[in-house]
Amino acid sequence: MSDLPGSRVVHTVNGEAHESPAGATVADLVAVWCPSPRGVAVAVDGVVVPRSEWDRTSVAAGAAVEIVTAAAGG
Amino acid sequence: MTADGAPDPFVVAGTELGSRLLLGTGGMTSPESLGRALVASGTVLATVAVRRVDPTTRHSLVDLLDGLGIRILPNTAGCFTAADAVLTARLAREAFATDWVKLEVIGDDRTLLPDPVELLDAAEQLVDDGFTVLPYCSDDPVVARRLEQVGCAVVMPLGSPIGSGLGIRNPHNIELIVEQAGVPVVLDAGIGTASDACLAMELGCSAVLVASAVTRAEDPELMAAAMRDAVHAGRAARRAGRISRRFVAEASSSFEGLVGR
Repeated sequence: MSDLPGSRVVHTVNGEAHESPAGATVADLVAVWCPSPRGVAVAVDGVVVPRSEWDRTSVAAGAAVEIVTAAAGG
Repeated sequence: MTADGAPDPFVVAGTELGSRLLLGTGGMTSPESLGRALVASGTVLATVAVRRVDPTTRHSLVDLLDGLGIRILPNTAGCFTAADAVLTARLAREAFATDWVKLEVIGDDRTLLPDPVELLDAAEQLVDDGFTVLPYCSDDPVVARRLEQVGCAVVMPLGSPIGSGLGIRNPHNIELIVEQAGVPVVLDAGIGTASDACLAMELGCSAVLVASAVTRAEDPELMAAAMRDAVHAGRAARRAGRISRRFVAEASSSFEGLVGR
């Protein structure tokens, strides 16, 4: 079991391998990756996770997480 | 304000926008010069791209636009399939709390011309999902009509390829699109300088979207002001009604009372 307390899981965040404590949520990942959660959105395995569900959505081992924000663009 | 003080609102999906110039934010050298150009342009709606967060960046484009009171129009730039564009639009809706999206689905990485098949597919999915869709499209009246039929809020035909500065290569197609459209037409892509923006408005477009022509100009702030004035002038000229073109001269001075007659 990879989800025992104290164990670690590996998933990808924005294409890079990223290790988190088992049970880490989307909110936890955003806190690590973003200076501020304002203007940020997250998709896990191609599905957008609404901000209201960040706290209760845990990120499984092997999941592909995309964390995006605004960049300059036409 | 219009040249004659008459009301001439620009309305997109029931929302009145106080400027007919939309600005892209890509290509600027610094956030400070982008801010100055945005202010000089008078725009109330600016496009941003949706990209992976860069943990090393402290500067926030969202904060800059919010601080200036400018509404964010996220785009799907860089997407080559309807599926990618739809996911990007959904991420943007979540990130910026807006259901407006500038829909771009590119079909060729050299010309960056739109893929009309994927574009129409994505537009239909997003409209069904409650988005207000502003599609960047080719200057093809049939494609424009199809986009309007699936429920797009505006159509945004290109003047010429993105970033080319080649101006409006087929003004007649733009006129055909304007003449048939029941939604606002926004000229998007290809603007090189102020006269191009003015021409778009004279042809009957409701607004113009400019990015590179401002952000890559030697003096972006000054070019932004020039674009603002060009859009005002072109709109006023359109409303004023231009004279018809004549093959030969028509004297503007009367021959009545001419000396020696």
